[in-house]
Amino acid sequence: MLNLLSGDRPRSIILTLILLAILIALALAPFLFPGVRSLETAARICIFIVLAASYDLLLGYTGIVSFAHTMFFGMGAYGVALASTHMGRGYDALIVGSLGGAVLAAILALGIGLFSLRVRAIFFAMITLAVASAVAVLVSQMSWLTGGEDGLNYLIPRELTPAFRFGEAFGVKLTGKLVNYYVIFGFSLVLFLLLLRIVNSPFGRVLQAIRENDFRAEAIGYRVVWYRTAATCLSAAIAALAGSLFAIWLRYVGPDTTLSFEIMLDILLMVVIGGMGTIYGAVLGATIFVLAQNYLQNLMGVASEATGSIPVLHELLSPDRWLLWLGVLFILSVYFFPSGIVGRLRAGR
Amino acid sequence: MSDPILRLSGVHTDIAQYHILQGVDLDVPRGGVTMLLGRNGVGKTTTLRTIIGHWQARSGTIHFDGADITAMPTASRARAGIGFVPEDMGIFTDLTVEENMVLAAISGPLDRKRLDWIFTAFPPLRTFWKSEAGNLSGGQKQMLSIARAMAEERKLYLIDEPTKGLAPAIISTMARALRDLKAQGASILLVEQNFAVAKALGDTAAVMEDGRITWTGAMAELAADTALQDRLIGLSMEAS
Repeated sequence: MLNLLSGDRPRSIILTLILLAILIALALAPFLFPGVRSLETAARICIFIVLAASYDLLLGYTGIVSFAHTMFFGMGAYGVALASTHMGRGYDALIVGSLGGAVLAAILALGIGLFSLRVRAIFFAMITLAVASAVAVLVSQMSWLTGGEDGLNYLIPRELTPAFRFGEAFGVKLTGKLVNYYVIFGFSLVLFLLLLRIVNSPFGRVLQAIRENDFRAEAIGYRVVWYRTAATCLSAAIAALAGSLFAIWLRYVGPDTTLSFEIMLDILLMVVIGGMGTIYGAVLGATIFVLAQNYLQNLMGVASEATGSIPVLHELLSPDRWLLWLGVLFILSVYFFPSGIVGRLRAGR
Repeated sequence: MSDPILRLSGVHTDIAQYHILQGVDLDVPRGGVTMLLGRNGVGKTTTLRTIIGHWQARSGTIHFDGADITAMPTASRARAGIGFVPEDMGIFTDLTVEENMVLAAISGPLDRKRLDWIFTAFPPLRTFWKSEAGNLSGGQKQMLSIARAMAEERKLYLIDEPTKGLAPAIISTMARALRDLKAQGASILLVEQNFAVAKALGDTAAVMEDGRITWTGAMAELAADTALQDRLIGLSMEAS
């Protein structure tokens, strides 16, 4: 087990229990929480764990601030969408689209990295912001290829769609959607373990050294720019693969679902709330965030009804104000857990 | 006399708008300890940082082991055989002592024999091998900083004030470790404010004033001449 985690234990009993609970809940989600919405939430959690963890490789382990992570995510998603549109329904289209998206994302990251990582970090952040904005506009404008603002709908293998039915178990209908979920879950788990392996490898240690003192790492003999660029490429490729999974799950891609700056902020918050430079933080951050996005409104509806007799509180807890409370929750979590939830749990072990 | 391991010729270095090194000429012989001495702010640290490449020389040349390294990137200088121990120690506090040492061995796994020698020189490093470096005391951090440079055999060691702010017992440990390193035939360029340590370790000395080397000679000669010390450094070694 420790080998599977690359020797990187959670180092806190509470954290271990939480992580195990999340793993079991995600592994058994279709049976524990039947229903379309809960399955949708579970799949999003899996995908965003990978996306946030890949961003943590960049931000938490290498100390690089990038605003282009959703662009790479989108490249993977559009890779699957375009391949499925042009090659037709089939697994070959999914594989070609996913690998093509990941390779292109890595190449673009290499270009951006070599162009801007030699200079100050803020310059890299600005370049990524500019490139990501340009790509988002380009995708919206090139409607002949990308479907523009409307995006693309495409067919995936029938075995991965709700139309494919193959029985019933534990009171749950076994459909292609379930197969699709386990494809998402399995690949997400593999990608997460791969990231854990990367950050705990000698390469990962050099990245941590660079984050802490780049000149010192250079003075030992490590070419900082190459390591930073390699981390950017790896992070981009994994983000693209997460995007491919998202596209396989949704069977639709559009600028709003894969390229928007809002998603970039979401990832940033997931990493910060979970705990930067921990990888496990991505699990907690993504789970809390996606759950809050999907269920906070419902929870507030219940709370609002329960406090119907109290005028001001009733208004404050109105489901329409869920975004306000989401913001308050984040401010409180950053205030009380400056090193993220994982950092706090590890410190208090 | 053999060629020096390091030769600086007319090196000028600017930091922002300040002209710090104003034509440094310095030879560091192969084997032995060369002390780089001088008052605060005369450019000793900048000299070391220019040699390793943190600051680029505006003009002049730096030759290391016969090759011109003036325009070489810092990492290439390190891989060419220069070990650097900065004044601020520069250890990676988030990593363990072990990880710090493993990172320092750039050409392969840590050599067991060399590691044993390092443990003999700095016993606390064995004790705290698996601990985060950030949790070490100031003296232990300095030990790790020097041990990291010693993780592999280097042709030249640049060491910046290794005893600064340390307790006398730790200073003795440092001095003993550097003497061991010297006994193995290492070439060391050492900036040191503690004159007792300088006197005990130094074979040759170079004194800096206002960004230039103004005196070079045998350390023993400088140590014996209090008037010279007073004129060059402003302090008598006998007083320390």
